[in-house]
Amino acid sequence: MALLELRSITKDFPGVRALDGVSFDLEEGEVHALCGENGAGKSTLIKILCGFYPTGSYGGEILLRGQPLHFRTLKAAEAHGIALIAQELALVPELTVAENLVLGHEPVRRGLIDWDAVAAHAQTALARVGLDIDPERPVKELGIGQQQMVEIAKALSKDARILVLDEPTAALTDTDAQRLLAVIGELREKGVSSIYISHRLEEVFQIADRVTVLRDGRSVATHPTRDLSTDKVISLMVGREVKNLYPRPPHSAGTSLLKVKGWSVEDPVNPGRQVLRDIDFEVRQGEVLGIGGLMGAGRTALVSSLFGAARSRVAGRLSVGGGPDRGPFESPAEAIDAGLALVSEDRKRYGLVLEASIAENMTLATLPRFSRRGFLDHEAREAQVKAQSDALRIKAPGMFAIVNQLSGGNQQKVVLGKWLMAQPRVLFLDEPTRGIDVGAKSEIYQLIAALAERGLGVVLVSSDLPELLGMSHRVLVLSLGRATADLAADGATPETVMAAATMKV
Amino acid sequence: MSALQPVIDPAPSPVHVAAMPRPRIPWRALTMVGALAAIWIVFSITTEGTFLMPRNLSLLARQMSVTSILAIGMVLVIVAGQIDLSVGALAGLMGALSAMAYTNRDWPLPAAFLMVLALGALLGAVQGSLVAWLKIPPFIVTLGGMLVFQGALLGVTGGVSTSPGRSYVYIGQRYVPATLGWMLAGAVAAWFLYRAARASGLKRLQWAGSAAIALIATGVMNAYEGIPMPVLLVVVLAALFAGAAQHTRFGRHLYAIGGNREAAFYSGISIERHIVGVFTVMGLLAAVAGVVLTARVGSATSDAGRMMELDAIAAAVIGGTSLLGGQGTVWGALLGALVMASLDNGMSLLNTESFWQPIIKGGILVAAVAVDMVGRRR
Repeated sequence: MALLELRSITKDFPGVRALDGVSFDLEEGEVHALCGENGAGKSTLIKILCGFYPTGSYGGEILLRGQPLHFRTLKAAEAHGIALIAQELALVPELTVAENLVLGHEPVRRGLIDWDAVAAHAQTALARVGLDIDPERPVKELGIGQQQMVEIAKALSKDARILVLDEPTAALTDTDAQRLLAVIGELREKGVSSIYISHRLEEVFQIADRVTVLRDGRSVATHPTRDLSTDKVISLMVGREVKNLYPRPPHSAGTSLLKVKGWSVEDPVNPGRQVLRDIDFEVRQGEVLGIGGLMGAGRTALVSSLFGAARSRVAGRLSVGGGPDRGPFESPAEAIDAGLALVSEDRKRYGLVLEASIAENMTLATLPRFSRRGFLDHEAREAQVKAQSDALRIKAPGMFAIVNQLSGGNQQKVVLGKWLMAQPRVLFLDEPTRGIDVGAKSEIYQLIAALAERGLGVVLVSSDLPELLGMSHRVLVLSLGRATADLAADGATPETVMAAATMKV
Repeated sequence: MSALQPVIDPAPSPVHVAAMPRPRIPWRALTMVGALAAIWIVFSITTEGTFLMPRNLSLLARQMSVTSILAIGMVLVIVAGQIDLSVGALAGLMGALSAMAYTNRDWPLPAAFLMVLALGALLGAVQGSLVAWLKIPPFIVTLGGMLVFQGALLGVTGGVSTSPGRSYVYIGQRYVPATLGWMLAGAVAAWFLYRAARASGLKRLQWAGSAAIALIATGVMNAYEGIPMPVLLVVVLAALFAGAAQHTRFGRHLYAIGGNREAAFYSGISIERHIVGVFTVMGLLAAVAGVVLTARVGSATSDAGRMMELDAIAAAVIGGTSLLGGQGTVWGALLGALVMASLDNGMSLLNTESFWQPIIKGGILVAAVAVDMVGRRR
């Protein structure tokens, strides 16, 4: 008998059937991966499992060890040993690591929190995931990888027997992700089962015993991992064959579009230290330059400082489009004027006004162009937005749809559209496909290729090695703020990139 | 950002070193203490020492008591990411109702007090429920509440002030006998010193400093008539709620909700119940503040408490509470209330024309936050 069984789960939202008779089961000590494009119903399914949607608001039944489960809150699900590690980090930045670990079930003695018990609890929980940090530090001082491990430690400390991990590695470097997978593997040995959701299929193949694919709210197939291949999973997910995921455009070394020399950036937190030291590189017309490296190597600092958005002191020279040598841009406005555009890492935070429409977002950086005598020319603006949306194949009810309601892939296209409206010469893309599904990824790759072919210079920062190698003509690898390799696409392999990324300088 | 000359930094690996925990110096608090010291020095010079006389400091302490009681609750409300604009009007209404029940209806005093405490808590709970369950923004709910309570106050008083008898005003105007004051202060200071002995570093300094403050403050108050009753009440309430904020689940959950609502939710914390809870506590404290206000002034008027919610919010913010939620302390709010009251008091002593007082207070409020923001960016 399976440990956990979901039988023909059906869930309706106003106007949409999100799940349509989905069945899923989990064995004791098994890692079962759940794959599917965004909107396939994965999130809805796990929200039902974790008590987010109470019993009665969906059809079908959930059996734990053969017993039907009825719960209405996350806490009730936790009491049954089901713990959710959500996609967005669920930690309170101002509270300490220890407080976050016990949040919601603080040990109490005579009505007051028992701080000795909290400290002891924190120590055990951190040891369980092999994290060596001071539990008294506020969470906001930790790196994102460390925060993720804290979150997993927190779930484990609730005596979870079933872990539900929703994109746990989306924000992690390969090293941190590997450590996480190792922890999940160890837990499996101890009989803890996991439901693992990830867009990184390599991880799925590395850790999962079985894979269930969802498509359009239905469970399409469940197979042991050994009977599957990446291509097979992708074709099950999208319902068609995906060939040549990475359409790298032919290399045509055009004229130089961006030349950077002796680029150094100070650490905003510890002035005097440098997060980047003495970086030189060049991007040519029609070229895709990949920037590789581990989390904290300075990749994001590099692109944001070039774009005039650094919050610390920057030194170095650059020239755009063969123009004169100059110092760093003082603000993004200057960089935009010079022909640079940046699609930032965290689109929800830096790239989009979530409550505004597609049209408003797309023209945010270029509004002056649509104004006549101080008033907006709505017709011109809408015509351009329409053209851009069509070109990008944005799937939305219309250009006045609120961005918050779009899928991750379509949101990313809106951000891209915004910058393409500015007609840049060099486009910086910082993790452009993080957290979006394979179908949308493929479209974004097509788009990058098309832009390069049109003569743009593209700088692509990515933690996804196959993507980095598949799309770039050259790869600049950073390690601890230094450039450790500048590899041609033909010579670069995952091994050479990783070797350079972990090189001590 | 300015261009930087090429720097050759001999220190190895610039990125992964930042993990060393630094001792946390409470800069915000120190800035506040410094600002307070500056204000006191200026006033003691310009008033030729009158400001620092025990008689005036005792007055100052009494003047800040009502705002302080409101600020204690306001910190908790703001920490949870909420706001309550109704507390001034609610305090006025509760003060008037208790005075009228005692004076006009001949209720026993404890019954009159308990009635308004219960009613204040209930009205707080009602507002909290509207925020929590109907998802109406707290700004709107409590703005509405403020208007309703103001109107109700005018209605029940009919524009006539009520002056309650002597036993009522006792809590606002009497003093703790000097000997009893010293005994209380001694006990508190002894406990602080015990904690100081067991702590280390910065913490030890904090505990020892608190002991010194308890003794010095008592000395100053006893040099006049003794610790005023409303001031003793403020200290007790502050200790109670500071402790609750730091050492109970309810308190820590308020910080979690204000710091990251999603995280609190996913940790199984009932956000709705905590919001209702914090507004209930606020309503209760508003009732206490109303009683103290009426007792201190000696009468309940139809515009009592007006604008006091803004003083309470200002005190909390000057004292380091973030309006975004998740940050703030009760003791900081008291410090903020002391800053505001010092300005009022000092300017009155100097016979500054009364229109200057709100102008200066407004300027100080914005400046305090500005200094903090600049300091944080550095």
